[in-house]
Order: sequence, then C-alpha cells, then structure tokens
Amino acid sequence: MSEAASPEPAAAPAAAATAHRSLWGDVWRQFRAHRGAMIGTAVFSFILAAVIFGPMIWTVNPGETNIRARNLPMSFAHPFGTDNVGRDMLAQMLAGGRVSLAVGITAMLVSMLIGALIGVLAGYFRRLDGALMRLTELFLALPILPLLLVAILLFRDTLRANFGPEAGVFLMIVLIIGVTSWMQTARIVRGEVQSIKEREFVLAAKSIGTKEGRIITRHIMPNVLSPIMVSATIGVAAAIITESTLSFLGLGFPPDFPTWGRLLYDGKDFLTRAPGRVIWPGLAISLTVLSVNFIGDGLRDALDPRIRGR
Amino acid sequence: MPLDAGKTDTLVSVRGLSMHFPIYAGVFRRQVGVIKAVDEVSFDIARGETLGVVGESGCGKSTTGRATIRLYKPTAGSVVIDGKDIALLEGGELRRLRPQMQMIFQDPQASLNPRMTVGSIIAEPLDEHRPDLKRAERQDRVRDLLDRVGMNPDFANRYPHEFSGGQRQRIGIARALALEPKFIVCDEPIAALDVSIQAQVVNLLEDLQDQLGLTYMFISHDLSMVRHIADRVAVMYLGRIVELAHRDILYEAPKHPYTKALLSAVPTVEKRAQERIILKGDVPSPANPPSGCVFRTRCPVAEARCAAEIPALRKLSDGRQAACHFAE
Repeated sequence: MSEAASPEPAAAPAAAATAHRSLWGDVWRQFRAHRGAMIGTAVFSFILAAVIFGPMIWTVNPGETNIRARNLPMSFAHPFGTDNVGRDMLAQMLAGGRVSLAVGITAMLVSMLIGALIGVLAGYFRRLDGALMRLTELFLALPILPLLLVAILLFRDTLRANFGPEAGVFLMIVLIIGVTSWMQTARIVRGEVQSIKEREFVLAAKSIGTKEGRIITRHIMPNVLSPIMVSATIGVAAAIITESTLSFLGLGFPPDFPTWGRLLYDGKDFLTRAPGRVIWPGLAISLTVLSVNFIGDGLRDALDPRIRGR
Repeated sequence: MPLDAGKTDTLVSVRGLSMHFPIYAGVFRRQVGVIKAVDEVSFDIARGETLGVVGESGCGKSTTGRATIRLYKPTAGSVVIDGKDIALLEGGELRRLRPQMQMIFQDPQASLNPRMTVGSIIAEPLDEHRPDLKRAERQDRVRDLLDRVGMNPDFANRYPHEFSGGQRQRIGIARALALEPKFIVCDEPIAALDVSIQAQVVNLLEDLQDQLGLTYMFISHDLSMVRHIADRVAVMYLGRIVELAHRDILYEAPKHPYTKALLSAVPTVEKRAQERIILKGDVPSPANPPSGCVFRTRCPVAEARCAAEIPALRKLSDGRQAACHFAE
C-alpha cells in the first residue's frame, strides 16, 4: 500500500497512468510467473506447431506402404521408424496429431459450453433446477457405449453424405464426446453457482439494479471460472482418449486414417518387436494432456486476484 | 427534531409491511406454514433523519431493511419512497428507482466481488444507470467517491482482498453513494468491524449525511452506537415494532417492557449497580408466534388480556409509539 501513497507530487501523473492497468495485463503477468504453466505453454505450442507445420516439412505420405521396410527402428530415413506395413511413423504421428488435437479441443469446448450453460441455469434459476438436474442424471445414467453404437449407426451415413467422409466423422465424434461428457461440469458449476448467488455481493448488485443477465456474466461466471477451467483441462485429455477408444472399436475414423489413439492401439501388438510404435503416440498423448493441465492450472491461478501477485 | 415525521417532509413511509417466508416440507414440498419474519410494520422516516432499528438477532431488522428497498417482494403493505409506492413495482420500473435507495451491507468481505477491482465495483452502479457517462468521466467520479470516503483514489486498481475491514466498508459506502441516493439502508454496517474502526465508519456516515443530506435507516444491535447516530429509534421484537420513539426519551425512559429489558443490558461505565431485567426463556419461533402480544411469553407484566388482544402500536402522551396494553 505504501508505494501507491507516495507523497511526492511527481508521483501523481504516474499513478493516474496506472489507472488503465488492464485485467488481462495482470492475468498475463501472473501467468508468466507460473513456471509450470510456462513450460506447459512451450510444450503445447511445440506440439501444435509440429502438427500444423510439420507435414509441410516432413513431406512423406503417411499412407504410403512399403512392404520391404516393415517394423524398422529409428533411422535417418524414418526418424520414428515404420509400422508393420512400412508406413512412416513420423508422418503418421504428425497427421494423427492434427485429428487428435482438433477432436480433443473441440469436444472439450462443446462439453464445457453445455456443462457451464446447464450448470449456471440450474444453479441460478431455481425453477429450472429440478428439470435440468434430472436431465443431467439421465445422461449420467445412460450407458455410453451402446448409446454411441446407436448414434453412429443412425447418423454416420447422413453426416458423411452431408459433410464428406472425414468432416462428417469428425463432427459426429466431437458431438458425441461433447454431448456425453458435460455432466460432471454441469454439477460442479451448479453447486458453485448456488453458493455464490447467496453471497452478499450478488445482493448488492441486485440493490444497484443490475439486470439478471449481467449479474450472471459479471458476478457469477468469473467466480465459477476455476472449476470450469479444471474440468476443461481434464476434458481435453478425456476427449483424446475417448476418440482412441472409438477408433479402436471401429466406430470412429476409418482404419487407414491415423490418429494418436489409433496408432497406439495398432502398435500394441508389436510392443516387443517395435516398442517405438507405442512409445511415440503414448508420449504425444501424455505430453499434450500434461501440458494442457499445467496451462489450466496457471490460468486458474492467474484469474484469481487473491492468488495473483503472491 | 420532529417526533411525528408525518407532519414534516416525509421521505420514506412504510405501512403494514409484512414479509412472510413460506416453509415447505414433505415429499411433495407442500407449503406447511410461514415464517413471519416481519409482520405489520409501519414507520415514517423524515428527509435527512436517521431512524435506528434495534432488536436481538432474528427479530426481523435486516428483513425489514431489505424489504423497504425491495430486495424482497413484501407479502403485504406499502412502501412509499419520495411519493412513489414501490412495494408492487417490478422489472424496469423498479430498476429506474433503484438509484435513490441504496444499501450498505454488514459483511464488507462478502459484499464486494473478489474478482473485481475496487474501481469497477464502485463504477458498477454508474455502468448500470448512467450510460451517458464517458469512460474518463466515470473514472473521475470513482476517484472522487474514493476521496469522499477518505481513501486514496489510486486504490481504484486494487482488489478487495488487499484492504482491511474498515477500508472495505468504506468501499461499500462509496458504491452506495455512486448514484447520489436519497435513502440508504445501513444493515449493521459496523457489526463486522473492530471497535476502533466502528467509530471511524460511523463518523464518516454522519459527515456524509451532513454534506449530502442523506436519510438513513440504521440497523444495528449495538444500542450505544444507535444512541449516538439515530434521531429516532424503533425497537423490534419477533417481526414487530414494539416501541418507536425519539432517541432521548427512549433511552431515558423506555415504556415497553421489552425495551426496558433490552436497555438494562447495555453495559455502562458508571458505578451504580443498574437493576438488570433478565428475560426468561427463548424468543418464540416466528413460524408459530404466540397469540395476542408476541412478547407475552417472556413479559414480566403479562396478564390474561395479552394472550387475547394484539396490542396496537399506539401513540402515548409524549409522542412516542408503543405496542403494549399497559404503557402510559
């Protein structure tokens, strides 16, 4: 408190200039101070850059088979080795990463959007609470795998016909993962909203005459950001893994279409002969999940003014 | 100081205000009763006056304050503020009248959003009601308000957790003042502060009242502080006003047996051993209040008549109002 109350008159213009100190500037400053989050950001940026720009540099076709170069170890010609039909692993990893990351992030966004919306509505408006929570329980009680089978049988052909084979499957997988994984978020958010809406600052906002919509966006949402952030980082990881499960069951992308999950499952039969086939995709998934978790951790701390500046 | 505020310039006029909260029970959440938090309360507050409201915990002081500025929708009664009955207004109409009535809250920790800077907390009322103000004007106004409540205007960038309890309460006061209200309900504004800070905050409230011509409803259970700040005092018990009188005559010679008991409990520095009236039993449940006079179960002078008749809040010879059959 002492530095702001400096008595020299020269300090006054400087203090006035700090009046424009922005919230996001503070958040960024604190985020940078979080070592784990910075390492996470670096790793995640590297993975992202690799899958986006990598195929332009490493121009080997991931689908090209070479029967004479099967299960090769690491070499200059094939930095990550080759698989049992002689496809280049590095090229497959880069192509697969695009799909896995896109599915993970988009599915997480879908699930956060649904979860946060239902959680806030159920927590804030008591009239909607019963109906929305029963809906959440209904989704929680649904057996996911049979549901997926039915959904895929029903929608795959329509989506493929409308959006093309790859975009159609992508859309279907993202929606299915998103729609079946929002329930935990909704429950956590609802509980938080219920406790925050009884706090006095919400009553103060009401006495000021703030509209309900703005009470939610200005007072409720920023205070439930932490649990949403935590669910989001876990959600990315869960979505990547669910996508691998689906691909493994033959319900996701076609078998010749590489994703990290599929590469991992394909490689597990060759664990002893070519351990690289499991290690590389496994490492990529783990690093992505870990770095996203660290970024989420850093963001959560940076967004909380009580922790910020400590 | 006028005793009968009705004859002078009345700002707030509350008539028959009741606030009943339903009780739900059972599998089907049927309504099985009501909690009569506030029952048939009437009072007036003159312009520039401070009405103190005292009573023990759970007697309905805060509920009365909140219902008066329509943070709750009253079950019955009328609340006229500056000539307009706001008891039944809704939505936009009520929102337009919000600037003239504001509230200062009990817990300065809980009443400030921890994620907002002090500047945006104080600017929130301006954001809502003064869209005509430019960004720079708004910032000037925030700095001006901080200055007015005795804080460094450069603190606008800081967060509530960086301040002490007394400073936070000043921030709460600055927010309440932002829209230049006429009427402020102070809901135990000093209860959460330590004693040395209490005096500072009360003095600040008094100074602001002098400068801005504010009207206060000052809710507190600190009888000495109410004696210091209030012009008239209302004593509440179980959702009803039992005595309403000018400060001096109330503290000198309470007429209602509950007021007598309450005042006898105030600690004094004087040597003389004061006779302390000790009430027996607990406050009855507001879900099932006693018949007749609500105080009769603990009253030292209760008679059969008290169980049958509800004593009206009637005017006594010295101008005060008391709700007791035997008060003279």
